[in-house]
Amino acid sequence: MPPIELSVAEEVALQSGRPEPVRYRAPSAWRARLPKLVTVLGLLTLWELVSGFGVVSSLFLPAPQQVLTKLVEIATTGFMDATLWQHTEASLLRVSLAVLAALLTAVPLGVLIGLNRTVSSAVDPLIEFYRPVPPLAYLPLIVIWFGIGEVSKVLLIYLAIFAPLVLATGSGVRRVEQSRVLAARSLGACRWQLVRHVILPSALPDILTGLRIALGVGWSTLVAAELIAAQRGLGFMVQSASQFLVTDVVIAGILVIAVIALVLELSIRYLERRYAGWAH
Amino acid sequence: MARLSVDNVSVHYPTPRGVVHALDKVSLEIASGDVVVALGASGCGKSTLLGLMAGFQRPDAGRVTLDGATITGPGADRGVVFQDDALMPWLSAADNVAFGLTLQKVGRSERRERAEALMRQVGLAGFEDHRIGELSGGMRQRLGLARALANRPDFLLMDEPLGALDALTRERIQSLILDIWRGTGTGIFLITHSIEEALFLATELVILSPRPGRIVRRLQPGFARRYAAGESARSIKADPDFVRAREDILNAHFAYDEEIEHAAH
Ligand SMILES: Nc1ncnc2c1ncn2[C@@H]1O[C@H](COP(=O)(O)OP(=O)(O)OP(=O)(O)O)[C@@H](O)[C@H]1O
Ligand SMILES: [Mg+2]
Repeated sequence: MPPIELSVAEEVALQSGRPEPVRYRAPSAWRARLPKLVTVLGLLTLWELVSGFGVVSSLFLPAPQQVLTKLVEIATTGFMDATLWQHTEASLLRVSLAVLAALLTAVPLGVLIGLNRTVSSAVDPLIEFYRPVPPLAYLPLIVIWFGIGEVSKVLLIYLAIFAPLVLATGSGVRRVEQSRVLAARSLGACRWQLVRHVILPSALPDILTGLRIALGVGWSTLVAAELIAAQRGLGFMVQSASQFLVTDVVIAGILVIAVIALVLELSIRYLERRYAGWAH
Repeated sequence: MARLSVDNVSVHYPTPRGVVHALDKVSLEIASGDVVVALGASGCGKSTLLGLMAGFQRPDAGRVTLDGATITGPGADRGVVFQDDALMPWLSAADNVAFGLTLQKVGRSERRERAEALMRQVGLAGFEDHRIGELSGGMRQRLGLARALANRPDFLLMDEPLGALDALTRERIQSLILDIWRGTGTGIFLITHSIEEALFLATELVILSPRPGRIVRRLQPGFARRYAAGESARSIKADPDFVRAREDILNAHFAYDEEIEHAAH
């Protein structure tokens, strides 16, 4: 069979290798970022001034350097019998367990919901009932049922993550292009291969978006979960520091919580770009 | 030699505004080496007919069989090419072509090898690692064709594979389809709105009319065989016989040229 002739455009594309997607660049990137920088620096300066001139007692608002020093101190010598790392580790472990459990349960259930109308309408009331309730509201019930141990804390975060993840997976699965399913079937895909090679990859962008939202909810629920007589954890650290009016530890803890939330958000965004870039 | 036959088949869809008779007692046969083209305006049941052969749906009456056995579902022995390419955008071009091979658990290196060979065959060598989003419509259709060919199917079923392409790309892929047909002897069923395309590609041409969907005429144009024998596509399409056949179909079955052209877009 003779090779097919290429059109001019195809030749050009072929010779120049992988065509670079035309990326829109703002006139100047730093201009867009400047206001952010100004806001951050402004806040820091204000903080410095307010605490430095003693407008507010350092009991209520310690100076930035004091918080920084304290941060180093709790990182090395610790606070409430544990270093900052151990508190962070405890919190991250709880969130990780909850996320893992949610991924293992919510994604399969979401797939079922997306594929099967009966399952969908059976599960729907359950999720729609508890989803709008703030986790703190059902926390007491969880404590009654499961006590004040690790199980309750992980369960609370798990429940907070579960609903958004199920819903996102379900809607992702429902939006799967029907012709792609037919194409895979006529290429010989069995039911399981259809899920593995078409449905899950199709729904991945939605699943990741769901995970991003869920992680945000989960991480903020963590502080609440760690109010249940924890001995470790960032939420616990901030909570107990506030009881002893150790404001610098409170602020340091809040900063660490914020930074971790940011890192989580950015890592999911990275995953989205890396594995779901085709959808945008 | 494989044989796909549609025997006295009817399909109706119940809708809120009454029953749509998409197909009414339609019979058709495709054997290896045939190019059967279904030509008809929008809504005359062409996709329904293809869906029956592909095994995506069952007839309400009649039988659809493959070598005598009733078709109960899709299978790798019938490759389908879709109008909206239906490629997997999360996979590279080569991985799309090798999709069927992946499902059959063919090893990575053999997959790659066969995908490269197929992409060469459809004129896409060098684009193996491109993402689907980076390819033009014509390239995607060729990729869809290569993907269907990877399973070495007995039949290729194509639903308006060239409908969304510009005239030049369209002509090039028409020739490609006949090249593949000549090279493999695969039985082909192809749907189109274009009379010219139908005449050029078909060894057997069926014209359908809508509501209820019926075959109103069958022809055996000889132009595809002339192409296979070495005549160029340009000279075939400029041949007075070809032009006459086209005008004849147009006058007999379609009110206006525009009507068909519109339906194609
Ligand atoms: N799932 C369905 N439910 C109800 N009606 C349907 C369904 N699928 C097709 N139809 C109707 O059946 C008729 C035939 O549809 P079909 O898609 O087979 O036509 P077609 O010839 O492929 O049209 P086109 O050229 O526009 O693709 C149309 O009138 C269509 O509206
Ligand atoms: Mg159609």
